[in-house]
Amino acid sequence: MTSERDKAGRPIVVVTGMGVVTSLGAGKDENWANLTAGKSGIRTIARFPTGGLKTRIAGAVDFIKVEPFTTPDLCERLSDLAAEEAIAQSGIGRRGDFPGPLFLAVPPIEIDWPQRQLLVEASGTNGEGATYDDALRGAATGRFANFHPRFQIASVADHVAEKFGTKGSPISLSTACASGATAIQLGLEAIRRGETDAALCIGTDGSVNPESLIRFSLLSALSTSNDPPEGAARPFAKNRDGFVMAEGAGALVLESLESARARGARILGVLEGCGEMADSFHRTRSSPDGKPIIGCMRNALADAGLAPEAIDYINPHGTGTPENDKMECMGVMAVFGERAKSIPISSNKSMVGHTLSAAGTIEAVFSLLTLQHQRLPPTINYQVPDPAIPLDVVPNKARDAKVSHVLSNSFGFGGQNVSLVLGREPA
Amino acid sequence: MADAEREAWITGIGMASCLGEGVETHWQALNAPPPGANATLFPPYLIHPLTPLDFDKQIPKKGDQRQMEPWQRIGTYTAGLALDSAGIKGNTEILSRTDMIICAGGGERDLAVDAAVMTGLPKATDPGTFLNERLTSDLRPTLFLAQLSNLLAGNISIVHGVIGSSRTFMGEEAAGIDALRISLSRIVAGQSDISLVGGSYNAERPDLIMLHEVADLMLKDKFKTVWARGPKGGHAFGTIGAFLVLEERAHAEKRGAKPFARLKAVVSDRSRRQPGDITAALDKLWDEISRDISPGALAVLSGATGAEPATGEERAFLKKHPELVVRATGTYLGHGLEPQFPMNVGIAALAIRHGSLFPPADSTGLEQPMTGAPQLVMVTGVGHWRGEGLALVEAVT
Repeated sequence: MTSERDKAGRPIVVVTGMGVVTSLGAGKDENWANLTAGKSGIRTIARFPTGGLKTRIAGAVDFIKVEPFTTPDLCERLSDLAAEEAIAQSGIGRRGDFPGPLFLAVPPIEIDWPQRQLLVEASGTNGEGATYDDALRGAATGRFANFHPRFQIASVADHVAEKFGTKGSPISLSTACASGATAIQLGLEAIRRGETDAALCIGTDGSVNPESLIRFSLLSALSTSNDPPEGAARPFAKNRDGFVMAEGAGALVLESLESARARGARILGVLEGCGEMADSFHRTRSSPDGKPIIGCMRNALADAGLAPEAIDYINPHGTGTPENDKMECMGVMAVFGERAKSIPISSNKSMVGHTLSAAGTIEAVFSLLTLQHQRLPPTINYQVPDPAIPLDVVPNKARDAKVSHVLSNSFGFGGQNVSLVLGREPA
Repeated sequence: MADAEREAWITGIGMASCLGEGVETHWQALNAPPPGANATLFPPYLIHPLTPLDFDKQIPKKGDQRQMEPWQRIGTYTAGLALDSAGIKGNTEILSRTDMIICAGGGERDLAVDAAVMTGLPKATDPGTFLNERLTSDLRPTLFLAQLSNLLAGNISIVHGVIGSSRTFMGEEAAGIDALRISLSRIVAGQSDISLVGGSYNAERPDLIMLHEVADLMLKDKFKTVWARGPKGGHAFGTIGAFLVLEERAHAEKRGAKPFARLKAVVSDRSRRQPGDITAALDKLWDEISRDISPGALAVLSGATGAEPATGEERAFLKKHPELVVRATGTYLGHGLEPQFPMNVGIAALAIRHGSLFPPADSTGLEQPMTGAPQLVMVTGVGHWRGEGLALVEAVT
């Protein structure tokens, strides 16, 4: 039996349960089948009217009904589904009694427009010259007390903690588009510190609502290729024109190898390392020298105790914005040198869209499925290669490959970068 | 990996609030009678607005200031004060490996845009398209960046160059408690040597007052000290920026940094908030944290908000320990949600450094005078809706 500690003497951390929901479906099986079939979950938005919008597509999870729709309600439902699947697979603890803390990547929760408008209406105003004074009068009627807990940011994590019985104070976190990876990193660190044998790490995002979409649209971050929707997300292609907002959740049960072995749990993969490095250059753009994302990937490799040569597949951030993909390519070339051109790198976001706060967790699940099935999901919509990105993006069709170690990147607005290294089995 | 010798010192403190800016200004103000709250900005709600800051002093580029809304400016400013206080401002070698855990809520809205939508929606023939068109044409593109919770951290990286690592915890009061708890654990376990921890909250926001008014949580009309607000209770929002530099002892000693105090422990939990749950949670956390302390010169800095039932249940816990000398900073500062706990840990460190506690400000008799110097200060944090935590701050001898 191999050691239960890594080269640095820390507890080895493994994954014993995974769950996922995206626009491609609920559960690992459906997602993996659709992902490797090159299907797209991107559709024309049906949840709300899209008149007046430049972008009218998203990877919304519409097969889960939340009435009335609110972002925190959908975030909760998505978390529930992913966590249930992960915990059931892991077989850890007892129902409603998860033996460890919760780290939840969640979008910042705000009161949504329909609820804000209900408060204005409750004030009795006819709307003329309405301001927050009217909304405050509506709030004071006492008829909307349930809005308070619903729109506390802690409310989603509180619900998940209550439902699954996680221990201690649940942590809600954001590093923008790197949030899902940060949740995993916090779980990894807690187990390495010996504070816990297990952690539940979830990324969830259900924010396809008008204002959130418009905010990204105003930053010129979104694809406007509305027709056909499934062709809009084009990571690494020369004609890429932005990312596609999407929803979903991923959940991982992390466990010390020692604990997993002791209870005879099936080990799905190893969380070998994690690295981060913040960017001090600009609020939405990467440092032009790529230093922070290069440092982030190198930190993850160093933390895993692996040389770049050990990585045989990259699950990139790969959003499909002109800027991200160019910078990520530059970073990969710097870290992996000439070999960069022959390491397969394929973007799940070409099919599920960019699930924002959830992306890092969902892509960790897909990376682990890639290791498990020894099959690489494709980058779809790759019709026009970009000569500036000379990488093997696994164009359009899945293929089999021998994969032992995956590097998964997540880079966020605000300059927060996280990379994970995932392996197949304990060394 | 954990080294029993490792401990976390508080080597830098930055604070800004209605009391002013900087540690000594705060200490003086806490030793004077409470100034009360503002009743005219958002009547009938009472709030504790920020004493104006000269943002140029910590955020030299106007371009950077323009990219931020007030909560981010206050936070970035206060983070700069903490880095100055620790003597590491501009030290790129240290800042490049300084970790950061920020506690944050969401950012300001454009009130004029919101008002135009509120006015127009009721008479719009196609409300959905109306909303889309108004927001698309009226929202400033960069406002989003001033709203995103993680962009306070982003701005601190850009303005002050803190880039070792960057995580943002959300979730109201518990975010501040857990930001300190995780930072401390990382330092003690050898995962970090130096960490910037804290956040900011802007009280001057009708949208936030609205979210608390729906549940009738706001203090209205007449100011009272936090312990005197029962049985209905209520909190008065306070603008707060609070940052601490936590540093591993050997790291601090090597560069000759002088500690304010040692952050000995931080514990937290989540109770379901059924009647009695908060008191029970605090009892349990007290058992956990008080194991290796001897009673005596122990003071409590309470983060009580004035909102019920949280404040009443915290009071019930405190009354079980009559030997503890209690002060509630909320009477002075108001309630600033996420950064409230880091702020109070900072004030606890000041009490340790000054070797005294400020006078009571309470008509109910819970706060009693203290003679002598506190050797140890316990900070409480009881969220107005969720989250319970305690911290222990002690003198470095």
